[in-house]
Amino acid sequence: MGLELLVASAIGILTAAGMYLTLRLRTFPVIMGISLLTYAVNVFLFASGRLTVGAPPILTDAATYTDPLPQALVLTAIVISFGMTAVVVMIALGAYLGAGEDRVNDPEINDEDTTERSI
Amino acid sequence: MTHWLIAPIILPALLAPFIVLAARHHIVIQRAFSVVGVLAMIAVAAGLAWETSDGTIMLYQLSDWAAPFGIVLVGDRLSTIMVLLTAVLAFFVLLYAIGSKWDERGWHFHALFQFQLMGIMGAFLTGDLFNLFVFFEVLLIASYGLMIHSGGDVRLRAGVQYVLFNLIGSTLFLFALGAIYAQTGTLNMADLAARVALIDAGDTVGIRLAAVLLLLVFAIKAAIVPLHFWLPSSYAEAPAPVAALFAIMTKVGAYAIIRVYTMIFPPDLAVTSGLHTTWLMPAALASLAVGMIGVLAARKLDRLVAFSVIGSMGMVMVAIAMFTPAGITAALYYIIHSTLAAAALFLIADLVRSGRADLSLVAMPPVAGAALTSALFFVAAIAMTGLPPLSGFLGKLMVLDAGFETPNATWIWAVVLCSSLISIVGFARAGSTLFWKAKSIPVDPDAPDAPADPAPAALSYVAVGGLLCLLVAHTIFAGPAYSYMERTSADLFDPAPYDEKVLTTPGKLSDATKEEEH
Repeated sequence: MGLELLVASAIGILTAAGMYLTLRLRTFPVIMGISLLTYAVNVFLFASGRLTVGAPPILTDAATYTDPLPQALVLTAIVISFGMTAVVVMIALGAYLGAGEDRVNDPEINDEDTTERSI
Repeated sequence: MTHWLIAPIILPALLAPFIVLAARHHIVIQRAFSVVGVLAMIAVAAGLAWETSDGTIMLYQLSDWAAPFGIVLVGDRLSTIMVLLTAVLAFFVLLYAIGSKWDERGWHFHALFQFQLMGIMGAFLTGDLFNLFVFFEVLLIASYGLMIHSGGDVRLRAGVQYVLFNLIGSTLFLFALGAIYAQTGTLNMADLAARVALIDAGDTVGIRLAAVLLLLVFAIKAAIVPLHFWLPSSYAEAPAPVAALFAIMTKVGAYAIIRVYTMIFPPDLAVTSGLHTTWLMPAALASLAVGMIGVLAARKLDRLVAFSVIGSMGMVMVAIAMFTPAGITAALYYIIHSTLAAAALFLIADLVRSGRADLSLVAMPPVAGAALTSALFFVAAIAMTGLPPLSGFLGKLMVLDAGFETPNATWIWAVVLCSSLISIVGFARAGSTLFWKAKSIPVDPDAPDAPADPAPAALSYVAVGGLLCLLVAHTIFAGPAYSYMERTSADLFDPAPYDEKVLTTPGKLSDATKEEEH
């Protein structure tokens, strides 16, 4: 029971912190937040096959075993989220170096710009 | 067991690395391989669609592992018709990218294009939820590269928003998959359908949570209000051929909703009652309204087209949210129409741009080739707003007809008809400002920002014209198309042959094989 509580609260705290950071409007905190969310989901996936301590992830003659499928799933998820984070860091860096600021939201539409062009 | 079912995934997966490794510096070779690859894909897709058109379910077990243990690809009427639609769309988009030389404005356009196709095809063909996630990621990571193709500050900023939004979507998808696996112990769609039906009515927290999370993920992909915020910037800033290809990506979301919420969580399932059957319809009606009001409010043509995509996705979702055979039939007919119309409009917006400084909806002096472009815009706008005689009108008629017998009939009719009127006004305003008022502006020979671009190439017009011809064909053959979609949706509401084919075909570890060994 203690282990379940520990893992569940770890997932909860990671998710909450990730959500909070994702709601910031600067790229660095947002990317950090999404990283935390992916850590949370990795642990969650790992736990989706139930928590079994000290048992092998293969069917043997022994009475207990760990479900191996979530481990394979979480491996795929880790690789994908790692790659995706690398991509978003590169694109965000490009956007930051190009625009000189790292806001995620759209800039305010400047009405004067449009009218000037229309003349 | 035939291997053709995996060909739409394998073909681009092999072609893309070849283009990167062997033909990196030769744009002509890249173009040749890309076009030949897509043509071959159309042939394969047409073959698969023909093979499944009599109701056959095609099954491909990877490495011959039997269904709940191994990953399977399944081709039925619905998935093969979506594969065919994607292949045909990709061909015309590719022609446009070559004709307009968009593919020369950055690196690796053709390789990313092929990877994108691989992801989309995989998402349509897979019979496994986790595999669906993987193919979503394949199509997304290729789309990130395509989205920021040829760079630019505004495009990169829109790209960051697009990537971040989709990363959150992917995380939600994983949470949903974890919850489903924890509750049922399987991720194979046919197996899930059987096991979800067995869940005890007192123990539904996990599965209801998973159903809602999964719906959120697909709603992000399909850009349903209130999860549509990523779409206008991304589609408006993406290069035109990429935006046109993205017209199928929102449909991947719609396809996933149709597949999962008719097969795994059918509308009459007790454990998920009152979830998607109740809440999807208001969201869909809101998408329709928001999209069409956005069309009226847009100040630039590319934004206008992006909002019309949200609106037409709203229309698709209204039809899906009825969760009746007639509704799904109308949705499938409208999906094909809306993909072709949206892609054509994005390409036309690019044709308009090639003679102007930008796409603001203000009158500017007329440019060469404007007559043909305006004619194309006129036809595409008629299709998108749903005026007779094109397929948009028939599609809307089907949606209205299907909605007539549902309890929400008043709302559906009111929102669909009002939003149609709003979108007609929006497109008429845009078209008359762009093409008509141009005549009243005197041409200033010394204008400082007179664009130096030449008139668009003939191949670009061929691509747009081809898409519009397909729309006309979709209208003319509406009768056969409708009855085919009727059979497709009948399949969805009677998934027993699908489940039986997936779960009882022998392979390694299957029950039948085990008995033979003993």
